[in-house]
Amino acid sequence: MSTFTPADVTRPPAGLSVTRPRQQSTASWPLVDRIGYWLCWATGIALCLIVIGIVLFMFVEGVSYLHLSLFVQSPSSELQQSKSGGFLDPLEGTFIITAIGTLIAAPIGVALATWLSEYGRPPQLARAVESAIEMIAGVASVLLAIFGLLIFSEGFLGFLSDTTAGGAVTGTSFLTAGTMMAVLAFPLIVGATREGLAQIPDRMREASYALGKTRATTIWRVLLPAIRPNIASGVVLGMGRIIGDTAIVIFMLGATLRTEPVGSAPIIGTLRGTGSTLTSYIYENSPAGEGNSHQKAYAAAFVLLMIVLALNFVVTRITGAHERADGGGRLLLRGLRSRWSG
Amino acid sequence: MERVTPPPVRRIAVGREPHVATPTATPNGAVAARPSASARLRAERPPAGNVRERMQIESVWLAYGDNWVVRDVSLPVRQGEVLALIGASGSGKTTLLRSLNRLTEVTAGAARAGRITLEGQEIHELEVNALRRRVSMVFQQPNPFPMSIFDNVAYALAERPERGRRRRRGAELEHAVDDALRRAGLYEEVAGDLDRSALKLSGGQQQRLCIARSLAAQPEVLLLDEPCSALDPISTATIEELIVGLRDSVAIVIVTHNLQQAFRVADHVAFMHLGELIEYGPSEQVFDRPAQQRTREYISGAFG
Repeated sequence: MSTFTPADVTRPPAGLSVTRPRQQSTASWPLVDRIGYWLCWATGIALCLIVIGIVLFMFVEGVSYLHLSLFVQSPSSELQQSKSGGFLDPLEGTFIITAIGTLIAAPIGVALATWLSEYGRPPQLARAVESAIEMIAGVASVLLAIFGLLIFSEGFLGFLSDTTAGGAVTGTSFLTAGTMMAVLAFPLIVGATREGLAQIPDRMREASYALGKTRATTIWRVLLPAIRPNIASGVVLGMGRIIGDTAIVIFMLGATLRTEPVGSAPIIGTLRGTGSTLTSYIYENSPAGEGNSHQKAYAAAFVLLMIVLALNFVVTRITGAHERADGGGRLLLRGLRSRWSG
Repeated sequence: MERVTPPPVRRIAVGREPHVATPTATPNGAVAARPSASARLRAERPPAGNVRERMQIESVWLAYGDNWVVRDVSLPVRQGEVLALIGASGSGKTTLLRSLNRLTEVTAGAARAGRITLEGQEIHELEVNALRRRVSMVFQQPNPFPMSIFDNVAYALAERPERGRRRRRGAELEHAVDDALRRAGLYEEVAGDLDRSALKLSGGQQQRLCIARSLAAQPEVLLLDEPCSALDPISTATIEELIVGLRDSVAIVIVTHNLQQAFRVADHVAFMHLGELIEYGPSEQVFDRPAQQRTREYISGAFG
């Protein structure tokens, strides 16, 4: 028989001892599990150290050479460091090629992911498409680059790039490189969109059908708006992939010192012309490249790192509301344990 | 074998008294009045009048693949009264309900024999989305869309303009949304902030929003698949009152596992068992004087 407690008493009386859950101790675990646990710790700490190392190194090396003038000067081929200019053109190039790649990859990626998840018929075709996307995701970008160069050198695609005096199509331009960059970003956008669609319970779809809505209306008005954060994070991840790629820039953008438009048309000319990005600029100016001005390479690398970190921050902000970072190490360990215990 | 223990449902039926506690004040002054109000509703409400037949289920068989889960069921669906489908899990009542707006077709391998008509027209010959606007459905789990309260209802209203009707916009749309929310008894609670996310509402409010959404397109029939099984007793009572209040403007079919709920809201009850319709009749008759032994056993809790 319980007695009623007055409403203004909101906590147990002082005399009662309160038990709270304690952090689980590993002392009682089998040795193999404890070793696994420590390994997870060690790996995590090592990873953090590496990241801190990169950021610190780039910061120290980069900031000391970083000047505001580097952002507004075009590079020039002077041997003297003081006269070789800044990285205005590569910075522009990075933005242009990211924009082109994203504009192509995002709509097609979302559409394809929606088809795969919501229709996926005939199933054989869907499976083939899935494997193709996985393959693209795994393939080295240098393969995409050399393949792209082959395709875009075809005569009928000449309008996308420049044609030499001899009549050969170069295949190198912002448009052609941007298209191959889209292929690079594509799997990330498809993956993020499909993951989002898979999270939406079927009862949401049924609710829409029960209101007399078609599949297409359901997708447009309910499903895609609901997974906007997933799509956005996929797009941002894809942008990161594009920004960080070097092979396609060197093969298909020419990796010229400056942005070189074709003809005199203002925007079309630039898009059909060649240029460079921060990654190719870093490569060319590093001790491995021809420019041999490592100070500028470090400064550009620092800028690149900042852009990528900013993108990562955006992704975290977008997805942060949905997923809670909750004991990842513990989860990993639980997975390992269940594998070991058969 | 003949002696059945007195079931809770029959106790209510005979005594006309709710077996839930009468609204006496608890020591902290809170009053738990609503569940019993709902039970009183049953006793006090006028008998269904002005009944009009909307749908007819004629010798219907339903299957998933080769498994015929509903066998030879015939029932009328009438506006002005509430029809409750009761029966144990696996009795086919949800499948029957879902077949009324062809939502069974979402599942692969669904098949049907027999006739289901809406206003005399075979539903298979109707365009499926037009049918579902006329025969709307509310599900077991409240499933509002992840958008604002207003948009949830407006989504149901946004249809392709047909037969010379133009798409509702602006004040007209707002009026229609308000109207649907009022019919579902939710307007007073949310009127101040229709732009709030529907996911921020309580479970009971969410379910009433789903009812509002279903009512928005002015359907002729409203299907309810265990609409209260995920809700607390107070929300349940609110929705039961709502269902009874709606029966004059829309034909209602409700699937429920809760026999007391069936007794409280339904005018006619159909008891199904293993895909067959065992008994159909006015709820007083089915609960007080069931004609079939299996019905008697089920409502007395002997099986299921």
